[in-house]
This record gives sequence, structure tokens and C-alpha cells, in this order.
Amino acid sequence: MSAPEAIPEPAPVHGKAASLAVDVRGVSRVFAGRKGASVTALDSVGLTVEPGEFVSLIGPSGCGKSTLLRLIADLDTPTTGEIRVFGKPARQARIDQDYGIAFQQAGLLPWRTVSGNIELPLELHGAGRAARRARAAELIELVGLSEFAGHYPDQLSGGMQQRVAIARSLAESPSLLLMDEPFGALDEMTRERMQNELVRICAETSAAVVFVTHSIPEAVFLSNRVVVLEPRPGRIRDVLRVGLGETGARGETLREDEEFFHVVSQVRELLHGEAPAGARGVEAR
Amino acid sequence: MTTPTTPRPRRGPLPARRFVVGALGLVLLAGLWELYKLLGPADGVVVAGVTVLPRTSDLAMPHLWVMAGRALEPVTGAGNAAPLWQAVVDASLFTLGISAVGWLVGVTVGLALALLMQRFRLAEAAVLPWIILSQTVPLIALAPLVRRWGTQIQFGAFSWESWMSVALIASYLAFFPVSVGALRGLGSPDANHVDLMHCYSAGWWKTLWRLRLPASVGYLLPALRLAAASAVIGSVVAEVSIGLRGGIGRMIVEYAGAAGGDPGKPWAPIFGSVLVGLVAAGFVGLIGLGLRRFRRGEVAA
Repeated sequence: MSAPEAIPEPAPVHGKAASLAVDVRGVSRVFAGRKGASVTALDSVGLTVEPGEFVSLIGPSGCGKSTLLRLIADLDTPTTGEIRVFGKPARQARIDQDYGIAFQQAGLLPWRTVSGNIELPLELHGAGRAARRARAAELIELVGLSEFAGHYPDQLSGGMQQRVAIARSLAESPSLLLMDEPFGALDEMTRERMQNELVRICAETSAAVVFVTHSIPEAVFLSNRVVVLEPRPGRIRDVLRVGLGETGARGETLREDEEFFHVVSQVRELLHGEAPAGARGVEAR
Repeated sequence: MTTPTTPRPRRGPLPARRFVVGALGLVLLAGLWELYKLLGPADGVVVAGVTVLPRTSDLAMPHLWVMAGRALEPVTGAGNAAPLWQAVVDASLFTLGISAVGWLVGVTVGLALALLMQRFRLAEAAVLPWIILSQTVPLIALAPLVRRWGTQIQFGAFSWESWMSVALIASYLAFFPVSVGALRGLGSPDANHVDLMHCYSAGWWKTLWRLRLPASVGYLLPALRLAAASAVIGSVVAEVSIGLRGGIGRMIVEYAGAAGGDPGKPWAPIFGSVLVGLVAAGFVGLIGLGLRRFRRGEVAA
């Protein structure tokens, strides 16, 4: 985890499908509309995620990035194509609890304390009381909310709720984290703090992450690879490798880095096609 | 730096203050009664042959202290008669017991129907219209039917008794708000929460127990309170139409006949029935107190 700048190129994906965290092959998702009209949310999308790799999906609204995440989570099934998670069909991976998930809304149960919310998945899967307590305490420590273990969600700020949601997604030590704009509802300062924390947490847990966002700097700051999608129909426009160093070694200084700005403008150009001058800075969050 | 928001302020005034305000309302009502009796015309206010405000004679509107005083006197002139208040309390307890049975049965049936409708979309389409329609059947029409069917039920040592008919009718009124309220409550969790339970591959029962039932408490409590009030009203009315003795409903009708010579007497069972309603509502309030945790504000992210 302490490797210097150079990122090892992941080996070609063919022939080692079983060792991939996520393997999406030729996936399309068509939503049937009324009167025979249908919307193609995703059109023959292929994507692989290595174990421990941080991949961001970015694109304008309607490009199917959330749909893709829901398909990987088996909250929805593809119209055509195949999705494998750690070599298993997505459904089996969900049943086996191979991933943890966090949404834009923290989605905490209001009648459970911070600790109770984090324990929920453990409780559902039959972990013992003592084991649950210990694991929750550990995770609360990890997200820096030790003083708030007994608080209820309505006593926490939005950023704290989101931290609890992330702790909950980590409860069963998954090797894959699926995150759907988890910081989308937070203010800019909280957001950057959360990004720093997520980078640290990912380094500590070495989980692979699929991260949906509409913020370019966020995607660049967090990711090993940024996948740029385009809308109508949802397709992958390009995949950008971000060579900004190991996830764990990223810190506040990186945001001032020349290379960081370079990659940000690269992604922006990809997003806007030929990068019209007037559109610069629109998605600068 | 993210900071915790302060806990939400209590809704409404403190309990002690609420009690005082409630008592003040009662005093105001009593004051209005006596004031109208003092100032209103003895023959009432009649507009175009129609009496719009009641007569203020001692027969039509006895003084409050007459009602109170009468309650302390014996029921009848007979030497061994119990005081009126005691008879009223006995009758109230009798009716309260029947209402409680009706409420329990109604809540059970209402919850079961709501669960069925939540589980199967088809059941909702098939059952919900009938549930709503069921409440349009007048109670008076129902009572003799229930009674007649009841008398035909008999097996072993069990035989149907009249109080069971009354309880059944009470439950018929009580189940309705529960089934509708619980159905809304069970369907109230966000798509977000339902997705999360799906991700945890939690089945229907686990989702019900950890998510849907706790989420429905906020909808269920008003429904339970409404059911309690309905059960009391149902019992009182059904006692009259079935002709069951011993309850407050029958007593109201009996004593109303005495109004001519003894104007304070009919008011005692009326207050008794109000008391039954208050006790029933208070009981549901206690349930709400126990479930306080599930009524926390929704998460504002």
C-alpha cells in the first residue's frame, strides 16, 4: 500500500474473469415506456474493475451511471448482457453479501441509533450481539463518530449521517463498495473532507470501489480510473487512467497539484465532447 | 466542521401545561353552559318556527351542580339502592370491557388485512374496496343480523352471548381505521430503504419486522386511537340496538325516560360514556409512549 507514484498497469482482463471485482459485458438496459415507447438507459456497456481499484462513473444526468450501479448491485436486471461480481452472477454476489452499498441519501433508519444503524446488516445476517457491538464500535471509530454512537440520525448533520451510511456499507468487510453519489447532497467543504476520509478508508480496507458522481474534481481526486459516459443512449465514451499515485497517499496537497488540474480538464473535455469555451467550469464542482 | 444539530424541539407544550390548558377548556365549556342558562330565553331561540337554541328551563338544561348532586344520590328511592355514580361506574366498566375486546379483535383483523394487502398487490385490489364499502353499512342494520347469527353458534360448552355480538359490532367499526392506516404505514418506507433491505437480501418477513412495521408506527397510532373511539361508540350503540343490559348505552336510554321528573339523572351515564372514551384514548396514548422511539423525525440529509 505504500508504493510510490507509478501505478501498475492492470493486466489485460481476458482469461482472468474470476479474479475481477466487477465484470460487465455487453450490458444493455431498456426501460419500457408507455405505448411501446422505450428508453435505452444503457447500450452495450463493457467495464471491468480490478480488486482494490477505485473506478468512478461520471457523465451528465441521464447517461445511465446510476442504472449501471444498480445493475451491479442486482437492484435491477440487465435487458441483455452479463454482469459478474467476483466471478459470480450479480444476484449470487448480492445474496453472498459481496458488496457494501451507499446511496446519495444516507438512508439511515430514524428509530435506530448510529450504532444500531451500523449493526443492521450484521443483525440481518445473524451475527451475535457481542460481535455486532464490537464491529460497530470499530467502524464508528473509523469514520470518527465515537462520541455519537448513541445518537439518533435526526441529531446528526448531513455529513455525519453520510459517514454513518459509509460505516454501515463497510460493516461486513466487503471487497467491493458501490457508491451512488454519496456526497451529492453535501456542501462543498464537507464534501472535500468526506473525500479525504473515503480515500483513507479505502486504503485501510483495500476494497474495490465503483463510485458514481457528477463532480469532475471528485472523480479525479478519488479514482484510479474515470469512466466517462454519454447519454441517450447511455454508452461509455472513454476511460481515463488517473496517474496521481496510490489512493492511500492522496491528500489535501493533491488538489493543488498541476497534474490534478491537467486530468480534471482532460475529463472535462471528454464530458463536453469538443469542450466548448462557454461550458468550462459548469461542472467544476 | 460538521456539527450535530440540536435535538428537535418538542412538539406542543409541556405535559403539565397541556393538562392545565385542557382543564381550562373544560371550565370554559361549563361556564358557557351556565351563562347560556342564565341569559338565554326560557323557551329557547325560535326562528321561523324552528328552535335553533335549546330551552333553558331546569328540565332541559339542569344546572351543573344538579347533575353532580344527583350523581351522589341513590339510583332510585328504594332503601337499598346504590349511589348513582357507582351504578354509572359499574356500567362504564362493563362497556369498557366490551369495547376493549372489540378493539383487540378489530386491531388484529385490521392489521392482518393490511399485511395481506401489503404482501399481495392482488389482495389490495380485491379487498380494499370492500373494506371501504363495509363502513357504509349502517350499524343499526347490522346489529339484529349479528345477533341472529350469533344465537345459531353453539358448540360444546361454548355458546354465543349477547355481549359478544356487541363486541363484534365494535370490532367491525374498529378494524377499518387500523387496516387503512396500517396499509399506508407499511407502504411508507422510502424506495431507498427498501432497496437497502433488498441489497441485504432480507426477505419479506425480515423487511417487515426491521423496516415496515417500525416505519408504520407513526401511521398506526392515530389509527389505533380512532379505532378505540370507534369501538366505544360501537359498543354503546350496539348495546342499545341489541338490547344488552348492564352497559352504559342501555343506561343512557333507560335514564332518558326519567328526564321528566329527574332532570339530573340522564346526564350521569352520558358523562360515564365520555369517561369510557377518555380512558380508551388514554390507553392508546400509553401505547404511543412505549413506541416513542419509532416516531422520531424522518432523516433530513
